[in-house]
Amino acid sequence: MSSTGFADRPNARMRVSAALFRRPWLRGGLLLSGPLAWFVLIYLAALVALFVSSLWSVDSFTGNLVHTWTLNNFKTLFTVGTYRTIALRTIGIAAAVTVTDALLALPFAFFAVRIASKRVQGALFVAVLIPLWSSYLVRVYVWRLILAKEGVLNWALGQIGLGSLNIGYSNWAMWIVFSYIWLPFMILPIWSAIERVPDSLIEASADLGARGWRTFSSVLFPLILPGIVAGSIFTFALTLGDYITPTLVGGAGSDFIGNVVYANVGVASNVPFAAAFATVPLVVMGVYLLIARRLGAFEAL
Amino acid sequence: MRRAKIDWVLGAVLAMMAVAVTACGSSSSSSSTAGLPTKIGPGEGQLNLVAWEGYAQPQWVKPYEAQTGCKVHAKYAGSSDEMVTLMRSGGGGQYDMVSASGDASLRLIRGGEVAAMNVALVPEWKNFIPQLQSPTHNTVAGKHYGISLQWGPNTLLYNTKSVTPAPTSWSAIYSSKYKGQVTVPANPIQIADAALYLSKTQTSLGISDPYELTKEQLNAAGELLKHQKPLIKKYWALASDEIELFKNGDAVIGAAWPYQYSTLIADKSPVKQIIPNEGATGWADTWMISAHAKDPNCAYKWVNWVSSPRVQAQQAISYGETPVNTKACPYMEKIQKGSCGLYHANAPAAYFDTIKFWKTPVAECGNGQSDCMDYTKWQQKWTEVTG
Repeated sequence: MSSTGFADRPNARMRVSAALFRRPWLRGGLLLSGPLAWFVLIYLAALVALFVSSLWSVDSFTGNLVHTWTLNNFKTLFTVGTYRTIALRTIGIAAAVTVTDALLALPFAFFAVRIASKRVQGALFVAVLIPLWSSYLVRVYVWRLILAKEGVLNWALGQIGLGSLNIGYSNWAMWIVFSYIWLPFMILPIWSAIERVPDSLIEASADLGARGWRTFSSVLFPLILPGIVAGSIFTFALTLGDYITPTLVGGAGSDFIGNVVYANVGVASNVPFAAAFATVPLVVMGVYLLIARRLGAFEAL
Repeated sequence: MRRAKIDWVLGAVLAMMAVAVTACGSSSSSSSTAGLPTKIGPGEGQLNLVAWEGYAQPQWVKPYEAQTGCKVHAKYAGSSDEMVTLMRSGGGGQYDMVSASGDASLRLIRGGEVAAMNVALVPEWKNFIPQLQSPTHNTVAGKHYGISLQWGPNTLLYNTKSVTPAPTSWSAIYSSKYKGQVTVPANPIQIADAALYLSKTQTSLGISDPYELTKEQLNAAGELLKHQKPLIKKYWALASDEIELFKNGDAVIGAAWPYQYSTLIADKSPVKQIIPNEGATGWADTWMISAHAKDPNCAYKWVNWVSSPRVQAQQAISYGETPVNTKACPYMEKIQKGSCGLYHANAPAAYFDTIKFWKTPVAECGNGQSDCMDYTKWQQKWTEVTG
């Protein structure tokens, strides 16, 4: 009895492993089922819930959800000019920040990887990462103090006799702060993209008579473009979803999509409308990622 | 996990009971003290407040904690809307009390977020000014849904160095003289300030109550605010935002609360505040108890504490508002000579009528018609203006 029991158990185990060995799809399925369930539940279910609730409405007096299907939220989005302005402002500033960061990051990364000595390179790498160690909020508040009318910037300009700038609490302030905050996320992918370009290609280009600019535009740039696009996914998406920086450094009329969502959830308790507006950046990012994939950005991530 | 589930079930049962209680309560309005606590038991050890900035200052919170053993946790809200949402979304259990203004209190009562209170447990209530013992914004069908606290006007605040001559009218925040240096609250109820100004300057619109606006009147107020938007440096969300704007010179004039004024004065900033000749909007605040309060005894101890003449006087002077307790005057004089007259605590009745107190705009106007714009319309208009 005990001997057969003893023999049975390894047998069962062997049968299972044999069955798994013969059926690779079953093996893969079991291995993936955990992460897959997580992904479906947490990620897709949340998205579906978001979309479904955007088709509901709120009773204006009691604040309770009304579970009848309506497209009114989307109708309001498309017919009220303010929401269009806010959406365009958000996308516009996200695009401006992305372009600015790309223009700043490209020469910086190129210098760090191709020109700087190993020691300088290490120092630059640390310099890029250090701001990420301090709180996002602290960095935004610091900019608020820098850009205030009687702040550091105007004081410095006054010292060298250049008058003063009035850019605190404005779209300019948001552009500067966003560009500063997300810059590391642009530098790092470009850095690694430039690192991956073999020296031999640059040399070959030079051997074939190409000058510096030609080498950059015909050899280097196409090879690091996926890195730039990968970085732009970060800067664009992070700006698109932000609402803290507009609250802190924005002026009159500088609301982002995130601010409207926050106000509708946290202040007006109109979750359905917030959900409807939140689908806008989702769609924008979806389109952006499709384009990015065509440009090969996902190989550079 | 199991614990959480039990809590959830308990919460659901409690919520259903609360609904049942409210339903019973409304059917038997004659016995207005039925189901109310009749005595204050020992404190629960803590008290969670949703309050206006400046309403839970250490000056009177510390002695309260020492005396009652109730540790106070205050969450500051920047607007009445935020207060209503906090009380709604926390399921009520998270917060015990809220210092609701008149434009939030009725919404909280109708939504069932707050519980009726027994004023017999607050002896000082008898000494309140008569207008605020059972005002319509916190007393419904003879039931008291809170104890009045303090009241006051929304003022015009300006920097005395940059703003000359001294303004006397709200027109100062609508004229381009201080373009880019004006700040007003980021709050839909600010439409009432524009409406009040229009009621005096454009009488053809026929605005009699700044909270009861027809469609044309609301549109006119919206136009005024749209015209004002390019002059605005920033719409402030928290009182501390406005204080920073004034300190750093980004704003020199704006709509404010007395709290900002007293904070800036304490910091030696060159500011002054006035009630312009068009009059002012204002607030009358009420401490209300959540329908799901976990610390009701500490809450009753708190309303008794803040209603006492001494604390009434402390808060009135700290914030710059008028106490509801008529016995507060001698204490105010002791803290700061002349403050009783300065904050109108000695002649509140006449002063009371000059302020247009915040209330929630509803469709039913005072004239018996229902063509007024409700608060949702106000919020939409506000987003349209400021977005």
